[in-house]
Formats: sequence, C-alpha cells, structure tokens
Amino acid sequence: MAPKKTRTGPRNPDLVPGIKKFSRSKMYHKRGLWAIKAKHGGKFPTHDAKPAAQPDVAAPEKAPKFYPADDVKKTRAKPKKNNPTKLRASITPGTVLILLAGRFMGKRVVFLNQLPSGLLLVTGPFKVNGVPVKRVNQAYVIATSTKVDISSVDVSKFDDKYFTKEKTKKAKKTEGEFFKSDEEEKSVLPQYKKDDQKAVDTALLKAIEAVPDLKTYLSARFSLRDGMKPHQLVF
Amino acid sequence: MTFKRFVEIGRVALVNYGKEYGRLVVIVDVVDQNRALIDAPDMVRCQINFKRLSLTDIKIDIPRIPKKKTLIAAMEEADVKNKWEKSSWGRKLIVQQRRASLNDFDRFKVMLARIKRGGVIRQELARLKKENAA
Repeated sequence: MAPKKTRTGPRNPDLVPGIKKFSRSKMYHKRGLWAIKAKHGGKFPTHDAKPAAQPDVAAPEKAPKFYPADDVKKTRAKPKKNNPTKLRASITPGTVLILLAGRFMGKRVVFLNQLPSGLLLVTGPFKVNGVPVKRVNQAYVIATSTKVDISSVDVSKFDDKYFTKEKTKKAKKTEGEFFKSDEEEKSVLPQYKKDDQKAVDTALLKAIEAVPDLKTYLSARFSLRDGMKPHQLVF
Repeated sequence: MTFKRFVEIGRVALVNYGKEYGRLVVIVDVVDQNRALIDAPDMVRCQINFKRLSLTDIKIDIPRIPKKKTLIAAMEEADVKNKWEKSSWGRKLIVQQRRASLNDFDRFKVMLARIKRGGVIRQELARLKKENAA
C-alpha cells in the first residue's frame, strides 16, 4: 500500500468564495461514509447516550467570569401558534358573498363556515348558480349584508383535507405509450362528493326559497354598471 | 331677476359643505359680511360661512339668538320638518338618501321591479296602439 499521505488542504476547496468544488453526493462518497456504513452492517456507528452525570457534590459551583452591567430579562421563545385568518366582522355563517376572482367571478354564494386553514367554505348552492362546495380566500370576496338562515345545514364533514388533490401515481411510460396522445384519465368527480353537495344544498335551498327573489338573486352575477361607484355602494 | 330667498334671522338653510353636511339649520344671527350664527334643535349653536349654506324657502319667526327652547317651539309651530319633507327639494334628498343606503339585494329587487314595470307599460302601449290602428 502506498504511504499514507497526510491531508494537505480541505477536502472540498472553494473555487470562488461561496462555491465549493464538489457536490453533496460527491462529498458523501469522498468522506467514505459508505465504507464505514458497510463495515458496520448498514448503519453508521453511534455512541450510546451517556447516562445523566450525577452532580458532583465535591466540586462547588464556579463563580461566573462575567456579570452583565444591566439586569436584562432573558427572553424565552413563545410557542408559535398558527391561527386561522381573522374573519371580517361582516362575514357570519349564512352571509351572501360576492366572489371577485376566478371562474366564478361575480357569482353570489352562501358562506358556510371558516376552515382551520383560514379559507372560507362556500356553496352556490350548486343547483342555483353552479358553484359547488368550495374554499375561497377572504381577500377575494365582498360580504353583502344579506343573510340566509343556515341553522339546518351540517358542515362538520368539510375540512381542508377534503379539498386536497388526490396524488396520482405516474407510471413509467414505455416508448409506445410515450407517443400516444396524452390521454390523462378524466378525473371524474367521486360520487361521495356529489352526495355531500346534495346534502348541503337541499337544506340550504329550503331556507333560500323562503325569501322572495333570493333564488334569482343568487343565480345572477354581480357586475358594475354605469354610475356605480364601489366606494360609495353599500353592500 | 329679483332675489326671493334672503339671509335673515329665522331663514332655514341646508348645510352643503363640511362636518354638518346635509343638516337643516336656522340662521339665528349674522356675524359679519361672510358668516352667520346657525342653530338647530340637535346641535350646538355655531358660526358658519354663508358659502356653506344653501337657503331654503322656509322661514320661521324667532327673535335674534333665541334660547334653544324658544327655537324648538318656533320650529314646531312653523312645522319646518313636514314642510321640508313635502317640498320637492326635500323629497329629492330623501330619495337620494334611500337610494344610497340600498343593499346589493335591494338593488337587485329594484332592478326586477323596474323591468316588470317596463313590461307592463309596454304591454299597455302596444294594446293602445292596436286599438288606435284598428
């Protein structure tokens, strides 16, 4: 074996300050962690956790080297709390909202409930204006002062997880399949979602039909006309 | 062109600029060439520039700078509130305020009502035209 060369410089020199010569995977190889792991049967050898050392009664506490001149309070890190966005006072369950952006821009929808992520749960109802049960950001919404009675609607089964996209596994395409037109399987709306929509809407529709003209109001879109000044309009 | 509405003690005016915009007040004294002392039943007596007042047709009978009680009594006697609300200017203001306070739903209902009214008018017109042609 060649005489062991003592290491002259860093394993991963700087080419330019801030840019190292070797990548992470190259460095992993150079450090030989793979060889150590192989020698010890796949695991990197670790020391067992030392048992808590008994405080030495003989050795007294050493006086600190430095006393700060001012009494400064030691700040303790507060546990971070993630609260949902503060809901505007004008938005209460049953409020009619006007959506301001997206596919359903201008549609008037009924607010159901705020989800833990802070987004608002709304529904058209679907039969009235084609808006399904969906999540909407508070910033893209105008709250009107019209309220619908929502006491008979149960929204407990809707949460943020209900609305997350399903993860589709992408199978590796063979050459033949690669040249076929991208026939992505049409994402069909699962039946349970249609049933949930119906469940929410039937209860809501009764409350809506109780108020004259409210159904036509919800099926119409909002738009600004000549002479309407948004800052002077009362919603 | 003679003037019909004069600045005088007892003239009812509408404030058209400032913090008291839209309030009906009574001129109770004239301070100088530009300013008047005004008073109303629900406000503290204060001075105001004539440029901020729009004179109305209504005048009440009061002495110069009356006590609040006297002012209120005089206004009741002259029935200022009703006269104002019946006048065309007063009625227009009431309609403006009503329209400004309409809800989005109310505006929608108004639109439906106007369409319906228009439809009825057009039907009637068509009927009358037909009768006339016949």
